[in-house]
Amino acid sequence: MNRYPLWKYVVIAVALLVGLIYTLPNLFPEAPAVQVSSSKPGVRIDSALMQQVEAALKEAGIAYRGDALDPTGIKVRLADPDTQIKAKDVLQAKLGENYIVALNLLSSSPPWLTAIGALPMYLGLDLRGGVHFLLQVDMKAALDKAADRYTTDIRSLLREKKVQYAGAVREGPNVVARFRDAAERTRARNEIGIAFTDLALREYEGPGGELRLGATLKPEAQKKIQDGAVMQNIQILRNRVNELGVAEPIIQQQGADRVVVQLPGVQDTARAKDILGRTASLEIRMVNEEPGATEAALAGQVPFGSDLFTERGGQPVLVKRQVVLTGDRINDAQPGFDQRNNEPAVHVNLDGTGARLFKEITRENVGKRMAIVLVEKGKAEVVTAPVIREEIGGGRVQISGRMTTREANDVALLMRAGALAAPMEIVEERTVGPSLGKENIDKGFNSVAYGFVVLAIFMCAYYLLMGVISTIALTANLLMLVALLSMLQATLTLPGIAAIALTLGMAIDANVLINERIREELRWGATPHAALQAGYDRAWGTILDSNVTTLIAGIALLIFGSGPVRGFAVVHCLGIMTSMFSAVVVSRGIVNLVYGSRKKLDAISVGQVWKPAVAAVPTK
Amino acid sequence: MEFFRISRDIPFMRYALTFNVISAVTFVLAVAFLALRGLNLGVDFRGGTVIEVTYAQAVDFNRLRGALDKLDLGEYSAQSFGTSNTALIRLPLKEGVSSAQLSERVLTALKADDASARQQRVEFVGPQVGRELFENGALALLLVALGIVGYLAMRFEWRFAVSAIIANLHDVIIILGFFALFQWEFSLPVLAAVLAVLGYSVNESVVIADRIRENFRKMRKASVTHVIDNAITSTISRTMITHGSTLLMVLSILFFGGETLHYFALALTIGICFGIYSSVLVMAPLVMWMGVSREDLVKPEKKREGDGEKVMP
Repeated sequence: MNRYPLWKYVVIAVALLVGLIYTLPNLFPEAPAVQVSSSKPGVRIDSALMQQVEAALKEAGIAYRGDALDPTGIKVRLADPDTQIKAKDVLQAKLGENYIVALNLLSSSPPWLTAIGALPMYLGLDLRGGVHFLLQVDMKAALDKAADRYTTDIRSLLREKKVQYAGAVREGPNVVARFRDAAERTRARNEIGIAFTDLALREYEGPGGELRLGATLKPEAQKKIQDGAVMQNIQILRNRVNELGVAEPIIQQQGADRVVVQLPGVQDTARAKDILGRTASLEIRMVNEEPGATEAALAGQVPFGSDLFTERGGQPVLVKRQVVLTGDRINDAQPGFDQRNNEPAVHVNLDGTGARLFKEITRENVGKRMAIVLVEKGKAEVVTAPVIREEIGGGRVQISGRMTTREANDVALLMRAGALAAPMEIVEERTVGPSLGKENIDKGFNSVAYGFVVLAIFMCAYYLLMGVISTIALTANLLMLVALLSMLQATLTLPGIAAIALTLGMAIDANVLINERIREELRWGATPHAALQAGYDRAWGTILDSNVTTLIAGIALLIFGSGPVRGFAVVHCLGIMTSMFSAVVVSRGIVNLVYGSRKKLDAISVGQVWKPAVAAVPTK
Repeated sequence: MEFFRISRDIPFMRYALTFNVISAVTFVLAVAFLALRGLNLGVDFRGGTVIEVTYAQAVDFNRLRGALDKLDLGEYSAQSFGTSNTALIRLPLKEGVSSAQLSERVLTALKADDASARQQRVEFVGPQVGRELFENGALALLLVALGIVGYLAMRFEWRFAVSAIIANLHDVIIILGFFALFQWEFSLPVLAAVLAVLGYSVNESVVIADRIRENFRKMRKASVTHVIDNAITSTISRTMITHGSTLLMVLSILFFGGETLHYFALALTIGICFGIYSSVLVMAPLVMWMGVSREDLVKPEKKREGDGEKVMP
């Protein structure tokens, strides 16, 4: 009685040992580090680069505390934050554009722990500081954009096939073509149907019996465009984040049309927001140079198929609505200077298709003006509207005109980072400064520590040896919970730390139940061994029931919660599991170890067992 | 040490009606506060922007408001947060202005006014996300309630399930009532606390229900009232001590966890205090009124671990 077979002790010992090992990394402080990773596919991170990094640091006289190469990049440990920033600047200057040099924090735990995958807990943004954004992709705009493309394509198709039509325009997400004669319409319908299988076509009559052909994207094509838009936006956000130099960014799709961006440890949150929040896309359009058109537009009568924009510097420009080239075609853009007049400029490099298109446009429009339009949050601005002097081949374009150096930098960055497939809007933002994160860790730690100490003192005083055993079990619970969180790399948030405290408070419930039950059994006159046995066995059913109900609440939170609350739910659920194990198995193991071997047991140290004069013993 | 030395069963059920009247009154009051004042929904649910700013010295709110008034922000509020050096500014949603621009503008204005101003935290929730968070919260609450009823009905009997959930939802309403009365901010962590309380105080009901069932088996001749009284009396020591322990940890969060966790801990504190009362003195009478009987619980030997009959040596 009250003895465990050897294997059970082994299970407990192994669980505690694993718990201890995986908790260890959390005890080592984090050291400042610099992380070098590649910003482009194809740029290799290898030992040659590592030697380069080491040489660069030596040259600059920066002492470092060791470096390591792993699949995510090269990590160099440094003594303090000041040298960290210095090292970052040195490396960025030395390595150039192809590499991202980011500030990071690395655990200073010994390498053997890292080798077996024992990492410190993954801290959420509210604990380490950083930026969290939830961005919503404007799907309507993505569809409108697609319809714009189809409008252009349909026009050129009809022209190419020599179909007589009276115009094609976009109306919302649809393309509407007008005809004078039904036969031509049928012909157009056939041609479009063959060329663009993604379009659903419909013949109808507009006002005044006008013959029309409506083209709408089929639902599956719409879905494809929307998915594509989200994917493209994620890719672009990645590029932009790379420009920022963040060590462990998270960029993920959430739901059908949302993207989560988390930038841990970002110090300059304003800049991060600026770069990410800019939803700029670039369009090249022709300027409407019909005589009198600009004057008419200024008078309030914007000609059909044109938009009135303002150029940098304030002059109005009338721009044709048709987009001849979009920012998707840009390979690279660098700030620089115009060789002729030394004004700040942006040098743009187009991809193959872009270069071909640009060559065609410039050949056909020599002497005319083209407008480079930056669309930001539905607001368009003409960066510059230069006159095309000659055919420009080779895809090398220089954009200049009334820009400051800083503006040239920004425009280049935006162009380089690519155009968004559809505008995005920040629908949720949570930014936490690094010092607040540190403060949150301290406060969370304190609330767990103080509560735990008082609880331990109370348990030991009230239940004596059994209380000590309960406290040991509770410590084991804490150990296993932290180990489990470290192992799973689940995100720990401030509510998560609160959940650790709460879990400890609730976990003691099981031990109280058991200890009270043992006292009760003793009160009713059971022998010590029988009391121990009954105490644990009878309490088990109750412990199970009460934990299941708590678990139901935890799981509901896990499903419906978001952000910090999810962190609470994760810890809560894991804590329930570990507390059941520790309160029942671990504490029973210790009890068996202490009392089980004694054949004759006179008393259990469970505190005073008070026996009433008139015992309220249940009638058996 | 033994705090609870009770020699006779306390006749709780004799006062069942009184308890029920007390809970009915608190419940009605809580509902009244909720209906009249409503919850002070935080930025999580209502949408809007919260900016936490620290200064090198105590915040001069007149100056701060003076700086903000120029910005045309709508109905904003500014108050100190935790320490006197920290200000919490709440801004309402504004059509066509993104959070990024808004918080930047506010910070620039504050920095221009006092260079030591430093942004600690920005939270922005758009109207749609706020609505979703609210809906998800309500769904979570519903799911927890149904899950618990289902589990208890399966494990015990429907009367226990129904009484337990009434007792515990009554806790939830009372917590919400407090938040409505004092206009404390109801945020996502507070919702998490409410749900945790719901799961937690059901524990208590489970323990008592367990004991009632056990007593029905053992105390063959006792009346239903006596059985319930005995169950409550014999578990009261455990009830007080476990709730005391949990409360200890929660108070530790309340005092040391900082301003961010303040209302979270407060909701838990209220929930635990009322949880003791409701599961003992609301649920048990309800079970009794619903006419629970020995036959309902002592089914023809359905085996259950830990019931003692076969375990005892």
